[in-house]
Amino acid sequence: MQAVTCACALLVVVPLALVFYHVLKSGIGALNWAFFTQLPKPVGEPGGGMANAIVGTFELLGLAALLGVPVGVCGGIFLSEYGYTRLNWWIRFAADVLNGVPSIIWGMVVCALVVVPMQGFSAWAGGLVLGFIMIPLIMRTTEEVLRLVPQGYREAALALGIPLRRAILRIVARAALKGIVTGILLALARVAGETAPLLFTAFGNVYWNHHLSEPIAALPLQIFNYAISPYEESHRQAWAGALVLLFMVAIINVAVRALTRERFGKIP
Amino acid sequence: MTTQSPLRATPGALSRQGAGDQVFKWLMLTMALSVIALIFIIGCELAHGSGPALRKFGWRFLTGTDWDPVHERFGALPFIFGTVVSSVIALGIAVPLSIATAVCLTELAPQWLRQALSLFIELLAAVPSVILGLWGIFVMVPWLRQSMFPWLRGALGFLPLFQGPIYGVSLLAGGIIIAIMIVPIITSVSREVLRSVPGLQREAAYALGATRWEVTRIAVLSYARKGLFGAVILGLGRALGETMAVTMVIGNRPEIAASLFAPGYTLASVVANEFTETPPGVNLEALFEIGLVLLGITLLVNALARLLLATFSGPALSTS
Repeated sequence: MQAVTCACALLVVVPLALVFYHVLKSGIGALNWAFFTQLPKPVGEPGGGMANAIVGTFELLGLAALLGVPVGVCGGIFLSEYGYTRLNWWIRFAADVLNGVPSIIWGMVVCALVVVPMQGFSAWAGGLVLGFIMIPLIMRTTEEVLRLVPQGYREAALALGIPLRRAILRIVARAALKGIVTGILLALARVAGETAPLLFTAFGNVYWNHHLSEPIAALPLQIFNYAISPYEESHRQAWAGALVLLFMVAIINVAVRALTRERFGKIP
Repeated sequence: MTTQSPLRATPGALSRQGAGDQVFKWLMLTMALSVIALIFIIGCELAHGSGPALRKFGWRFLTGTDWDPVHERFGALPFIFGTVVSSVIALGIAVPLSIATAVCLTELAPQWLRQALSLFIELLAAVPSVILGLWGIFVMVPWLRQSMFPWLRGALGFLPLFQGPIYGVSLLAGGIIIAIMIVPIITSVSREVLRSVPGLQREAAYALGATRWEVTRIAVLSYARKGLFGAVILGLGRALGETMAVTMVIGNRPEIAASLFAPGYTLASVVANEFTETPPGVNLEALFEIGLVLLGITLLVNALARLLLATFSGPALSTS
């Protein structure tokens, strides 16, 4: 029986290995300096790159973090430090519900909320929807990390006469900082790969985005558009883009693992 | 819950707090209330966007099979069928594999294998959906079309499930790719569930003379049944909302067919494909209504999952 379960476990790893292998194999060939510096060429033409998509992803992540990090961290602080039992239960419940909402629904909502009044797709809308997705994620992880800070820290701080707000910010949150940063990085890695909400908010762009109220390209969006196009050249570019995106996400996850590995006795 | 509770701002303490503390508290409260506001925003926008269509179609929307923008007849049944079938296939593939992997990780594997395996599972969870879809279109679907599906038709072709033309893109392909996506979440939640089974259960089974597998089967798995079921439902919730990878391999044909080799269409896929190209009007409202249906199904399933997991082992079990 041990062999059967271990066989199942290895079977589970097989798709991951295949995906990595194919992304590496097909992506490496199309990766060159032009890929990182040039705009997409017209359909069917060889060459070109995804420079605008890579920069666009970073821009969108920055906007999303601008919204998601303060709201999420402050919300997590409230949930953990202020003990209004009924209210906190409802807030946690709402955060869990939001975590379960499919990302395409988020896209529809922000499209109706922002894109229609602004009469156009924009980086603002894309950053907003990614930030919305990040808020409940960061809120829950921040709360859980803050709960792990020993009670003695808070009591000692208050006993010294430090005001509550400074006790929370400078002592409790600082003690949990590594965990909070880990949560933020994980949320960023998660939204970096989100495509569906960007379909109707950022929309994608084959040129550089010069203003945040213009549509903006993003790596997963560009990969999707290339993947479903009929041109072989576009497929090659899609694989290369997938390699870059996978690399980005893997780097963030490795960083998170490195940050959390220093705890001894961590059970896998 | 944790044994130490964080500092409680008791009512008496409130009056002693300075102005700065009050401002800080209200600021934190506002940020925390944003999640509640977001839920209302989602509900309101979807309801508002689909309002006229809701009134026009009523319940016929859930049972109609036409998706006809020209004659303005919209029915969501093909999409509900596609979503349900692909999710059921995904569960059928993923659940045995995931629970076996979780058992392997907690009970039966040596330590070095556990760490490597859990790293791989986490990496699989981190792979963006669109990359999996890309691999699906260019690697998995051709392989299915050339090798797997013909073999299935040869072996099981007497069942109507495995008859009909083979395109590669199909409900079965969609189910397989969703299975790959939900394996990590079911595995990790199952692992937590199995780990929270008290050691006393295992020791008692060993004391009664059970073999290692019998201990796992009788003492651990039976005890953890409800929690494992909750993990499976959580995976189902994730499967229902999966958009990009499914859109790329399911074939995008809004018809109900008996064969698993036939292309299908899911609720999320139709929104992803048609939303940006639909002019305002009944068509767009019908898409919002599809979003409403999808949201309703996903919320129900997720609520069920969390209920099961909470009653299994208390709030200590993290399910996010």
